[in-house]
Amino acid sequence: MTSRPYLNRRTLLRRSAAAGLVTVPALGALSACASGGGSDNEPEERGETSADNPFGVTDSELEVVIFDGGFGDQYAKDAEAIYEQSYGSVDHTKTQEISSQLQPRLVQGSPPDVIDNDGAHAMEIAALIHDEQVYDLTELLDAPSLDDPNTKVRDTLMPTIVEMGQYGGQEVYQLNYAFTIYGQWYSRTALERIGAEYPQTWDEMLAVCEAAKREGMAGWTYAGQYPYYFNFTMYPMIAKVGGPEVLAAIDNLEPNAWRHDAVKAVFEAYYELTARGYILEGSPGMSHEDSQDEWNQYHALFIPNGSWVENESKANTPEDFRMAVGAPTGLDSSDAMPFGTLWASGSAPFFIPADASNAAGGLEFLRIMLGKESASNFTKLTSSLTCVRGAADDLELGPGLTSAKETFEAAGDNLVLPRIQDWYSTLNNEDIGGAIADMMAGNIEPDEAITRCQNAADTVAQDDSILKTRHV
Amino acid sequence: MATTTTERESTAAGSGAVPARDRLTWRERALFTAAFFLPPRLTPDRVRYDRRYRKLDQHRFIVWFLVPPVLIYLVFVISPFLQAFYYSMTDWSGFDSEFSFTGFDNYERMWHDEKFWDAMGNSVLLLVLGPLITLALGLFFAFMLTAGGRHRRSEPVSGIRGANVYKIVYFFPQVLSIAVIAVMWGRIYSPHGGIVNETLGAVGLDSWKQEDWLGGDLARWCVLAVLCWSFVGFYVVLFSAAMSAIPTQIYEASLLDGAGRWQMFSRLTFPLTWDTIRTGWIYMGIQGLDGFALVNIMVPEHGMDVVPSYLYKKAFQEAQAGYATAIGVALFLVTLVFALIMLLLGRRDRIEM
Repeated sequence: MTSRPYLNRRTLLRRSAAAGLVTVPALGALSACASGGGSDNEPEERGETSADNPFGVTDSELEVVIFDGGFGDQYAKDAEAIYEQSYGSVDHTKTQEISSQLQPRLVQGSPPDVIDNDGAHAMEIAALIHDEQVYDLTELLDAPSLDDPNTKVRDTLMPTIVEMGQYGGQEVYQLNYAFTIYGQWYSRTALERIGAEYPQTWDEMLAVCEAAKREGMAGWTYAGQYPYYFNFTMYPMIAKVGGPEVLAAIDNLEPNAWRHDAVKAVFEAYYELTARGYILEGSPGMSHEDSQDEWNQYHALFIPNGSWVENESKANTPEDFRMAVGAPTGLDSSDAMPFGTLWASGSAPFFIPADASNAAGGLEFLRIMLGKESASNFTKLTSSLTCVRGAADDLELGPGLTSAKETFEAAGDNLVLPRIQDWYSTLNNEDIGGAIADMMAGNIEPDEAITRCQNAADTVAQDDSILKTRHV
Repeated sequence: MATTTTERESTAAGSGAVPARDRLTWRERALFTAAFFLPPRLTPDRVRYDRRYRKLDQHRFIVWFLVPPVLIYLVFVISPFLQAFYYSMTDWSGFDSEFSFTGFDNYERMWHDEKFWDAMGNSVLLLVLGPLITLALGLFFAFMLTAGGRHRRSEPVSGIRGANVYKIVYFFPQVLSIAVIAVMWGRIYSPHGGIVNETLGAVGLDSWKQEDWLGGDLARWCVLAVLCWSFVGFYVVLFSAAMSAIPTQIYEASLLDGAGRWQMFSRLTFPLTWDTIRTGWIYMGIQGLDGFALVNIMVPEHGMDVVPSYLYKKAFQEAQAGYATAIGVALFLVTLVFALIMLLLGRRDRIEM
């Protein structure tokens, strides 16, 4: 009888592996699933309501999470201080990793009360709404405003704000606190230097670019790494040329929406800039900061951008730059909408999770933020307008923001609101952005770019896993 | 003679049926089992003085020490793996604890997903070419550093002059975090004063300049170059160490036989460092399959994807955790195939020194 007194290494490994296999099913019960949990919150109890306290906020703690990006978080702290004067304490967190910090908490059913869902790692709001994770803010909109009890919050807001909170229904799920004006940004100094007026038709645009070229300045530069910046001027131009319904069809992912003549005309107009060499060399590979630097150094006249650019490029903007923004240049006088047609809309979206333990406090906090005091404080701190009408009227603004405000006021009712950017961000940023990037780099012709956009839109339309929203 | 016969008889009897005293009664069995789970101090005397106790003690010792790591491994490695297979068959959004089982829908979708196949193509390119280029360069440099110099009288082989300085310089990129490398190379490729374009311009190759290195079709080659650059140094050091472990007598003998440098490399150095090369190959393959940080930081959103970056987009930007998990399972299978191929290719007789 030969029995081995000692286990050797191999049999040991083999046996422990076998033991492991046997134990796995047993452990299945032990280990918690990644998706486990679920709502464990009782429906919140509200206190008594009054004129000053329309939501019946109690003293329970309020938890606010702020995206720590270009706007910082001081504005929120100031608003929280106002909240704390009347109600309970506020637990304030700032982060750049909104998704990774908050997603697990939403899954568990114990989210914070107010979330500033912004930045590159923002959570997909359409999915959250579909999963019934978002509180309807209609109550807030119909409450009396902080400054004037006779005016509803709804009536103090800038246009497009309520619409932007809607996702295919009447419910308003998010509140975009900042207000952005998109357009063709330029330096008045540079425009004067080449002796030109701001172009209103595309022929004028080409003439201005030609004049700039003679002065050794490129007509346009852009952030090639984020080619969807072009959409800031191309979408409103599409609406101006063909009417807002063309954009609505694009948002609704309708078949052949991209093959509309207006889209074709706009793509061809922009391609003309590339074909005639009016684009600053190197733009296709630039980051937004690179392109803004070049623009600040008078190497290019126009840049498609939003009103955050003044604050973002502050450090490199020369004293005599006199930054300004113009409404997107149209094609000619036969356009469907007048010159001045503009894309202006909210940004920095706030929402209250459906499972928030202190939703009333969250509503009250947003009501405070929408008061004139907090709103003008935000503009002072961040050089950005807010969604509160007239909150920046008494403030001294920088040249860029002043110009943005004027352009916005001049637009009157001719505002357009493309939704594809927030409804289908991947489609907008990657597929359409990628097609436009290739076209503006001169790699493909407008027809092919349009085909790519249409194909990408069709793919999304047929993809059941992507949640669809339509204009109401 | 007589004694041997009895011995043989007793052995025959023993093999036929286990003697009664070797069989455990159920009572003893229970006692032994209890002793196995109790601390050694509490072992009953009856068991302790049994002749089988030594074996029990040995097994108990090993099993007790193995239990904590195996448990941790099961909970944190194996169970997530198994869960991943399950989640890959659901439509889980990642935001909610509710989802439904969808069978192989995600896999079917993946099969028709062009973007996924693009990303897979890029990953496979990095997986194949990354190790090939990096290891070849690493081997070449290491050989030069250990045996590439002029022959000196006292030594059969010597490295080129300043070999130690080179070793340190080659190792520099390894010290940098991959995020730093990605940001740095993003600037190098930038058309806004980046070194690549400036250098091409300075040497008169203006037509080679690119307006956009990282946004278009060239991106995968740019990423490959950075991947190789960042890891070559590590392999130079690794292979140098392996090569300096080769006894110099072998080189001496080969020199006497009239071997040239190439023969020395292909007949001696390469086979004798094969084990290290194989390990390096697997490690580098993993780096190539990953590539997440480089792509995520360097390449613009509309540019190329590799499988991990595509997975990340689906899971954390588009709220399709279920589909992302299916992509993860696909990545797992590719890794498995890679490991199997490496094991099969790597089978080679070990050379003892």
